[in-house]
Amino acid sequence: MNLFAVFLLAILLASFVRAPEKAPELFAVLPARDGHVGAIVVKGPGSEKVINEAYATVRISGASQTDGSLSETQVREMFGSTLDALPGSPASFMLYFLEGKDELTPESQAEMDKVFSELKRRPLPDIVVIGHTDTVGTLEFNDKLSLARAQRMREILIFLGLPAERIQAAGRGKRELLIQTEDNVSEERNRRVEISVR
Amino acid sequence: MRKVLMVAAVLSAMAIPALASDAGLIKVSKGNVQIERNGAKMAAPVGASVQASDVIMTGADGSAGITFTDNSLVSVGPNTVFAIDKYRFDSTTHAGEFEGSLKKGRLAAISGKMVKASPESMKIRTPSAIMGVRGTEFVVQVDEEKK
Repeated sequence: MNLFAVFLLAILLASFVRAPEKAPELFAVLPARDGHVGAIVVKGPGSEKVINEAYATVRISGASQTDGSLSETQVREMFGSTLDALPGSPASFMLYFLEGKDELTPESQAEMDKVFSELKRRPLPDIVVIGHTDTVGTLEFNDKLSLARAQRMREILIFLGLPAERIQAAGRGKRELLIQTEDNVSEERNRRVEISVR
Repeated sequence: MRKVLMVAAVLSAMAIPALASDAGLIKVSKGNVQIERNGAKMAAPVGASVQASDVIMTGADGSAGITFTDNSLVSVGPNTVFAIDKYRFDSTTHAGEFEGSLKKGRLAAISGKMVKASPESMKIRTPSAIMGVRGTEFVVQVDEEKK
């Protein structure tokens, strides 16, 4: 028998009985539902890697780390049932009050109908009511005011028959302006309550 | 008003208390899905709350989807073990931290308000790496060891 062939066979056999490698890992960035592509930073056995392209990947197997990419079809094959289990994105509705009253504007009444149809579309909806203010006053004052507005809206929803334990209230103060203004500017479009259904 | 009452009936029929201290809620649960909390395993149907230090486990036919309080969405596929090591979120400042460990299996996620406010406040560990999330949608897989 050819000595070279024996040698090759030995190498081949050796490759089968190698110690098991650590579980291979894969990281991939996907385009979001709106097409936006984000970024992840993977710190593995190789150098730190930023992935910021759709379907780009980092694979880690033992001590080796390699960059690559997947096709959309491959992602479906590997992650189909996982992706199908992602909950629906939260839906957001903006409500405004008539000045000086706890009564919604006519447009906001219509928006309220949309909130209820959104609640019906979801398997187990929960709600976060988020209050916002304009920039008149201090940060602390507006944090409290926005929470007070959100809590009042929450009470209205409970009065309308929604279960209290499914509704949370949060106040964002003047930290998330709809209309950008200087500090200490009265702006009615910033005095709003957001209802997030998820 | 009838519409409102109908919605209220639908909601209250499934009303399971959601505490402010909860990190999230199970919104999708298919097949065998369990939560391990303080060493005890329990079923994780739709509506079950998820807390920091919970471990989510799925069987061969299982998958689950969780909505976290900062609007992060996380799902796990079959044969998966995912531990929520740390979770906190301030709904006023949007500051927080979310650290999870994928021990095995598959995970998909869409980051939420916390990451938007401070990139890499969400981290996913695997046996060989740690991943910081700067934005939105990604998937991670940890294969089972082949022997």
